[in-house]
Amino acid sequence: MDDSRRNFLKVAGCSLLGAAWGVPIVRAVSKSFTTEAAPEALRAKQWAMVVDLKSCERDDIRAAAAEACHREHNVPSIKDVEDEVKWIWSEDYAHTFPTEMHTYTDVALRKKPVLVLCNHCERPPCVRVCPTQATWRRADGIVMMDMHRCIGCRYCMVACPYGSRSFNFKEPWSTEERKKLSSDFPTRCKGVVEKCNFCAERLALGKPPACVEAVRQLPDAEEALVFGDLGDSSSQVSMLLRTRHGIRRKPNLGTGPQVYYLV
Amino acid sequence: MLENALRGGKRYWSLLALWSALIVVGVVAYLVQYNRGLTVTGLSRDVPWGFYIAQLTFLVGVAASAVMVVLPYYLHNFKAFGKMVILGEFLAISAVVMCMLFVFVDMGQPMRVLNVVLHPTLNSLMFWDLTVLSGYLLLNLVIAWVTFGAERKSIAPPKWIKPIIILSIPWAVSIHTVTAFLYSGLEARPFWMTAILAPRFLASAFASGPSLLIILALIVRRYTKFDPGKEAIQALAKIVTYAMTVNIFFVMVEMFTGLYSDIPEHTHHFQYLFFGLHGKNALVPWMWTSQLLALTAAVLLMFPGVRRNEGFLPVICLAVIVAIWIEKGLGMVVTGFIPSPMEKVIEYNPTLLEGLITVGGYGIGFFILTVLYKIAISIREKLEQ
Repeated sequence: MDDSRRNFLKVAGCSLLGAAWGVPIVRAVSKSFTTEAAPEALRAKQWAMVVDLKSCERDDIRAAAAEACHREHNVPSIKDVEDEVKWIWSEDYAHTFPTEMHTYTDVALRKKPVLVLCNHCERPPCVRVCPTQATWRRADGIVMMDMHRCIGCRYCMVACPYGSRSFNFKEPWSTEERKKLSSDFPTRCKGVVEKCNFCAERLALGKPPACVEAVRQLPDAEEALVFGDLGDSSSQVSMLLRTRHGIRRKPNLGTGPQVYYLV
Repeated sequence: MLENALRGGKRYWSLLALWSALIVVGVVAYLVQYNRGLTVTGLSRDVPWGFYIAQLTFLVGVAASAVMVVLPYYLHNFKAFGKMVILGEFLAISAVVMCMLFVFVDMGQPMRVLNVVLHPTLNSLMFWDLTVLSGYLLLNLVIAWVTFGAERKSIAPPKWIKPIIILSIPWAVSIHTVTAFLYSGLEARPFWMTAILAPRFLASAFASGPSLLIILALIVRRYTKFDPGKEAIQALAKIVTYAMTVNIFFVMVEMFTGLYSDIPEHTHHFQYLFFGLHGKNALVPWMWTSQLLALTAAVLLMFPGVRRNEGFLPVICLAVIVAIWIEKGLGMVVTGFIPSPMEKVIEYNPTLLEGLITVGGYGIGFFILTVLYKIAISIREKLEQ
């Protein structure tokens, strides 16, 4: 009896001490992790992507973009369309720009593939509805997603007019597969939502998005995917939008998509 | 008061045993879902909300409808509801608990659900929905406990409870309004973007909730010595009649705007709902059943003779409940996603496991309801001796 009481007091005492010390320790540790952005980090007032529709017709370009992105971010390839997870993928023209269709639209045009991804909206509906601020818009325009705060309510998927968000209906990787993952990008568990992040983790290291880098290495594909700052009028994206006709998906909704398609 | 829940006849215990069995089934099914993820449901990338959120929508209505007995009794001093009011409040309590359960089982990461409280987000309607639901639960618990406790001792309830009761009236309206706003403010979903959604939700709530209350009151009267009163039941039947008529009117108003304007984004959803789209028509038979039941029930209720017949009345009430359960549960929620914003028709079929988890949720609700009603009945029986 006495023994167990003593043990209890020991455990309780230690726990109290632990809890009391915990707060400053956690503070100190978290402080040591708060680092300044690297000097080589890429910065912008408003990041944007300009996609050339003509280039989207090329299989190698679409494949390279999706492959590079999904490898960079440990995106699982799930065959079942119901449970699919995708960040950048091909959709046909008719479904990407449904309001552009008319009775006489050529079947060939309807079926032309288009690369689609998160539009990183200026007024993102997903951010508006998220109950935990697990998704938010950064000052440079990137709509971020914290997969470790997300509770998996899927309200953001309900609110997104572009179908850009995926939910992990099941565990994305088995323990074995997880060990073999090459990328440093955080892995996640089942039950959370994920999407394109404009490669925020690469921008912080001064590198362009993975899809842009992969596509650029292909022959005659320098301008297939162009990424840059629309706040800078001399940037390549600003110039392209000034000189060529760019359209956006569902602009009438007022979400302000920051992925532009050159006709 | 609670001791009454621990003493009871064979009928009471077998009822609790039945609900417990449903709960066990639901819990086991939920453990499977918890382990394997929401892949066990029929939900998909294109239809991210389904059966669970449909139950939430329906049950928020049942919860809110307690106001239909509280308001006449406390604001208009409608004495006939004196005995009914506790049944209404207890029904509201169990309905709110079920609402919360159905939100919980829908979460991908249920263990993180308190993040909603940890990072309160005022611009999210989901945050407000959970806030008003918890508040409503608390209000009803306090009100039922205090007023019924006073009644048991045959004394007047304390004065301070009156403002709380009055607060509970707009609060009941708020829970269903916020639930409608969960849907109606999304540019991605034109089917839900209608100002009539919240009023329509309230109308259907005031039809389905009191219908359930009538059935429960008739059961209570038949099997116990507690009689909630013929006049009270008839008054509820009148409420159901008005609410159901208004609900049908609101649905027609909604359809007029959606269909007469002839904007494809709106008409496609109605087309899917009533006739099917691109050869996909899973909801069509359900929707027609619902409309047929709703119209028949509304017409029959308009005849005082039919309404007064207590043999017909519960059957009509059941028709109202089923009609509204289909209409604002599956019909309203699922059709918002079909066709998708990319104009694809990807259907949703709930799985057996989803059904079993839902059964478990209702099991918990009915368990709570049975225990609460047992307490109310035992005390009433003692008072009436």
